[in-house]
Amino acid sequence: MAGLELLSDEGYRVDGRRAGELRKVRARMGVFAKADGSAYIEQGNTKALAVVYGPHEMRGSRSKALHDRALVNCQYSMATFSTGERKRRPHGDRKSSELTLHLKQTFEAAILTQLYPRSQIDIYVQILQADGGNYCACVNAATLATIDAGIPMRDYVCASSAGFIEDTPLADLNYVEEAAGGPQVALALLPKSDQIALLEMNSRLHEDHLEQVIEAASKACKDVYAVLDQVVRDHVHEVTTLLGE
Amino acid sequence: MKETPLSNCERRFLLRAVEERKRLDGRQSYDYRNVRISFGADYGCCIVELGRTRVLGQVSCELVSPKLNRATEGILFFNLELSPMAAPAFEPGRQPELLVKLNRLLERCLRNSKCIDTESLCVVAGVKVWQIRVDLHLLNHDGNIIDAASIAAIVALCHFRRPDVSVQGEEVTLYTPEERDPVPLSIHHMPICVSFAFFQQGTYLLVDPSEREERVMDGLLVIAMNKHREICTIQSSGGIMLLKDQVLRCSKITGVKVAEITELIQKALENDRKVRKEGGKFGFAESIPNQKISAFKMERAPVDTNDVEEQAEEIIMKADPPSDFVAKPILRMPGTAQIGEGLENSWGDFEESEREEEEEGNSDDATTSGGQKMETEEINIVSKTKKDDDTIILSDSEEEEVVILEPEETHKKTRTHTTAKQENSSKKAFNKKRKKKRATH
Repeated sequence: MAGLELLSDEGYRVDGRRAGELRKVRARMGVFAKADGSAYIEQGNTKALAVVYGPHEMRGSRSKALHDRALVNCQYSMATFSTGERKRRPHGDRKSSELTLHLKQTFEAAILTQLYPRSQIDIYVQILQADGGNYCACVNAATLATIDAGIPMRDYVCASSAGFIEDTPLADLNYVEEAAGGPQVALALLPKSDQIALLEMNSRLHEDHLEQVIEAASKACKDVYAVLDQVVRDHVHEVTTLLGE
Repeated sequence: MKETPLSNCERRFLLRAVEERKRLDGRQSYDYRNVRISFGADYGCCIVELGRTRVLGQVSCELVSPKLNRATEGILFFNLELSPMAAPAFEPGRQPELLVKLNRLLERCLRNSKCIDTESLCVVAGVKVWQIRVDLHLLNHDGNIIDAASIAAIVALCHFRRPDVSVQGEEVTLYTPEERDPVPLSIHHMPICVSFAFFQQGTYLLVDPSEREERVMDGLLVIAMNKHREICTIQSSGGIMLLKDQVLRCSKITGVKVAEITELIQKALENDRKVRKEGGKFGFAESIPNQKISAFKMERAPVDTNDVEEQAEEIIMKADPPSDFVAKPILRMPGTAQIGEGLENSWGDFEESEREEEEEGNSDDATTSGGQKMETEEINIVSKTKKDDDTIILSDSEEEEVVILEPEETHKKTRTHTTAKQENSSKKAFNKKRKKKRATH
């Protein structure tokens, strides 16, 4: 694409990673005092904040309440300073509403909503810096926040993207790789059971390569899972020692 | 107006049908509904019917200044409208979740897959480019809007001709269709969406769900593909957990369906071109027969009715001739009347009464010896006396008695039997009936 080499002959990507390598993931849980659960995650240069409230009584129109499970309410927004050009609308455009829907769908599948009938769980996610894989960073942040809020889930939901360039599947795309216009798959996975909570694909990819790319994405999801699990364990350890004193 | 909720009964019925791999419209699990494409009089206008789901597509174009970051690319704009015309649940002026989802899916399917060469839409770089607008209106909602809309969008784009332009220096000249023939858009490939509905957490899979099926499904997977088997979009939705194998299987099915639909589209476009060239009649008024517009459009059941008559005759030949006895009305007591004996199950009665006889013989012996048995016998006698009242009426319909008691024999036989030894059999019937009654006590 336009002279830019996304995968060198030696097998390195633009930012020096190998094909299946993730960007550095750093995360913290419990970053806000008022919220029931909150988390901050950095995946390379993509930074996201997630806040979870609930389960609580229905707010707004009660008619939306579901009699057999909890309603998951999501909002995805991007800070106006998150992209190269300043964004005019932080949320409410078509793309953001679509991502909101996807987040909602992912967490409806993962949270044990049937435990809280007639109640509501709010998940608010904001992208502070966008450098590719926004949806994935949001899902990972929201998972940590949900765990922080103590809401029971089937499993961690881990998300990762994958691309396909020169017959090689690439894991965890950054902005440059996304903007090049190659195929990209976003996958939200429950790592223990290998179940796919959400699968999304854009651009063009031959059917024969689909399996490889999904395989690469799920491998990346499992790598993310290892990191997230460690973060949760460290956090719990920290909290218990603080309480112990 | 809110959508009428589905009753539990109906929901269960639909799910049961899915479990038994049956569909209400007689399709198989992997069957697509009939696709019908008709073109309007203008270029870039078409109606696509997928079963009874109808989508109108209209493409228009306009010269605009390009986006700042893409100075040499034309602009593609897609808009799907769900009006209350199609279904009462769609409210005007609101953007419900469904609409956002469908619009984004269309955009991703057609714009992000780069099926249209946007650079060929550039007139003067950075100054003037073509904006192509695709408006899709849902006219009738019978499930699977996205597939119908994606077909309508690509057909309308293929059919569309934009006015020719020429650039001389700074000046842009636009030619009317009379001056120069309008030019078609350059289309690289045709992505087509195929929807899969999942039921019971992914156990059952249906292609092209109808409206009813959509309302009871657990989740939906949409795969867009072109005829070169390149996947253009995948989108899962609804709270289902998929497995990788399911996705791969769906992509295989998509390949087959897309090949069929692409062929159909090309044929339809070819037909339209031929008709226009020959100067025949074209446009909606010609291509849509009258009854197709009205809501009373009757669809023929997809059942082969060619040699039904022969089949039916065969069945009649094989079957037993119907019995020709007519039930007589019975008067049980004043004020009541009844035809026939009603729902008395007679099967196996014969053997039972035989057994009764044997048992009776035994019990007769027993009465002489055991006192306990005496009691039962007494009860039997009571029942016998009770029975006597009934028998008067029962003996009225001897014919029927015989039918009940000898179910193994065909009706014909029993009839001759009764006519020959009517008195005899009636007596027999009477006896047996009595014994049977006794057994129940």
